[in-house]
Amino acid sequence: MSDAAHAHDDHGHHAHPTGIMRWLTTTNHKDIGTLYLWFALIMLFAAGSMALLIRAELFQPGLQVTNPDFFNQLTTMHGLIMIFGVIMPAFSGFANWQVPLMLGAPDMAFPRMNNWAFWVLPVAGLLLMSSFLLPGGAVAGGWTMYPPLFIQGGISYDLTILAVHIMGLSSIMGSINIITTILNMRAPGLTLMKMPLFCWTWLITAYLLIATMPVLAGAVTMLLTDRNFGTHFFNAAGGGDPVMFQHIFWFFAHPEVYILILPAFGIVSQVIPTFARKPLFGYASMVYATASIAILSFIVWAHHMFTVGMPVAAQLFFMFSTMLIAVPTGVKVFNWVATMWKGSLSFETPMLFAIAFVCLFTIGGFSGLVLAIAPVDIQLHDTYYVVAHFHYVLVSGALFSIFAGIYYWMPKWTGHMYDETLGKWHFWLSVIGMNIVFFPMHFLGLAGMPRRIPDYALQFTEFNQIATVGAFIFGFSQLIFLVVVLKAIKGGAKAGDRVWEGAEGLEWTVPSPAPYHTFETAPVVK
Amino acid sequence: MATGNGTTLAKLVVVTLGMFGFGFALVPFYYKICEVSGINAGAEQSLAKNTQVDTSRWVTLEFDANTNEALPWRFKPEVRSLRVHPGQLVQVEYEVTNTSGEPIVGQAVPSYGPARAAEFFRKIECFCFTPQTLAAGETRRMPVLFVLDPGMDREVHTVTLSYTFFDTAQKGRATALRRGGEHG
Repeated sequence: MSDAAHAHDDHGHHAHPTGIMRWLTTTNHKDIGTLYLWFALIMLFAAGSMALLIRAELFQPGLQVTNPDFFNQLTTMHGLIMIFGVIMPAFSGFANWQVPLMLGAPDMAFPRMNNWAFWVLPVAGLLLMSSFLLPGGAVAGGWTMYPPLFIQGGISYDLTILAVHIMGLSSIMGSINIITTILNMRAPGLTLMKMPLFCWTWLITAYLLIATMPVLAGAVTMLLTDRNFGTHFFNAAGGGDPVMFQHIFWFFAHPEVYILILPAFGIVSQVIPTFARKPLFGYASMVYATASIAILSFIVWAHHMFTVGMPVAAQLFFMFSTMLIAVPTGVKVFNWVATMWKGSLSFETPMLFAIAFVCLFTIGGFSGLVLAIAPVDIQLHDTYYVVAHFHYVLVSGALFSIFAGIYYWMPKWTGHMYDETLGKWHFWLSVIGMNIVFFPMHFLGLAGMPRRIPDYALQFTEFNQIATVGAFIFGFSQLIFLVVVLKAIKGGAKAGDRVWEGAEGLEWTVPSPAPYHTFETAPVVK
Repeated sequence: MATGNGTTLAKLVVVTLGMFGFGFALVPFYYKICEVSGINAGAEQSLAKNTQVDTSRWVTLEFDANTNEALPWRFKPEVRSLRVHPGQLVQVEYEVTNTSGEPIVGQAVPSYGPARAAEFFRKIECFCFTPQTLAAGETRRMPVLFVLDPGMDREVHTVTLSYTFFDTAQKGRATALRRGGEHG
């Protein structure tokens, strides 16, 4: 960053605040992108530590490390923080860094709002984390916040609702910024259908966010008024319906699932063509597939609640509409494989993570199809099979794509190549560790082990012990990632403008590290 | 450029506010859908259409009574189970005692097992229709008058009627107790 600041001074602009005020007041898209990414990394270690505590408790049957209430707090906070504090901010960080660079825009459309969108996040994070210290501890009702449990809890539940409001506000501000930037600030000649796929997936994600985050805000507002102001939206004693919350929540939360994975599709669609040295196969079909997934995501929500007592007609509708999503997703996986087909492949760390993404995300997709079958889901609902499924799509899906993206663009951001040897260690330990944790969970779920319970029947012991060993391998290998990032910031081999041989796009036409101000005059794209 | 961005911003803010409103609109929307399509049968009660007694079959009724943990009431049915013919007018009684030292208003919420029997369980009079106020230490016997609709599936041989009493002022009191407990 000091290089960037130096380059900036050379241009002779007005003086900038330094130290902490530089970061607090910054409206520069690169600074804000960096802030988002660091926030996500810190939260990754916080929520990851909670996961390790959970796995330590589950190493043996009985209670060793935690008590059941604290265990519930850990599972709830792990989920909330990983979703709202790690994956979403990390993708926002990528969008801030890359969208203006890829579009040839000088900055985001609303830089001041961008600053706000980031700086409310640490406040929300603090509200969430500090609720561990309150009487009664943090929220323990599950990240899905279902009533009646969520209506009955103590003060930390109100704090969590407030934090969710703030994080939603942050996402909405970020999304409005991204949509406006993409629609209005593309370089001359860069039509929508020539945009890098990462911009397309983020454009669609941003639309999903502004369509669903307000619905979540509404749902948690109803929880808040039920708790404190005597309304009865979800309170059965006053004529409300707890299942109503699930309908409203999942109307938000299923599109949210795609909010967590569409930018991942975008990153992988940038990385794979680079290291296959071939253009992306089926660009237009990728765009249409992304849009189809987004539209379909609004009509599948009740597949999360097959066990609430729905009529058969509704179960069939949600089952088939869910299966329909496999079609555009299959198109995407096909296109990634077809991009690699007969390509001149090389296997640098970003490519390794991208290939692992394609393979392992597909496993997660298939277990999702299994869960989409209503009669099967009734058996598997709230078992470890579900835990295995969503960790395959969120860890080896979303998180691996984030690693792929960071290794891919880090030379552009820092100006230095990362340590390839350490990067490969990080990849192999992560991919092996991840599979050791989550693959046995399929078997545990099929055998009937329920999720969110600190104790289990004796016959589940061996698979749980395997999973815990894998969790510690996976967790501690993320320290290698921290070392790689810090090393690349401090120094290393100088990166050229076009870092990768097969890289295409406007971001590779600016120097590495990218100067503080880029594209002050818009480039022309032919 | 700036005006273009401003227009886009205004449109997106309208979408955001509209979706916030839509979240609340989902509540009556879902209720209406359930009502029109009849998906959530059992949530509403209608009067008995056919009171003709079907003497060709017997159904065992089981009565269950619970109180929400925050409500200091004792609540039990007079009889635990009963064999009846569908279509027969049945009256059972429940006994409820307020064991606390203050008057409390409670409301009973019914549920049925199996769920598909719910729509055939036609209550004519029930203490669950209105909130019940019990003075400190008061005991009260309360009737339920109902008909099991003969249209119910023949495979259903046992129907469980379960009531749970909730404290209607529970929010305020429970919160006060908890807060008091935390700080005391």
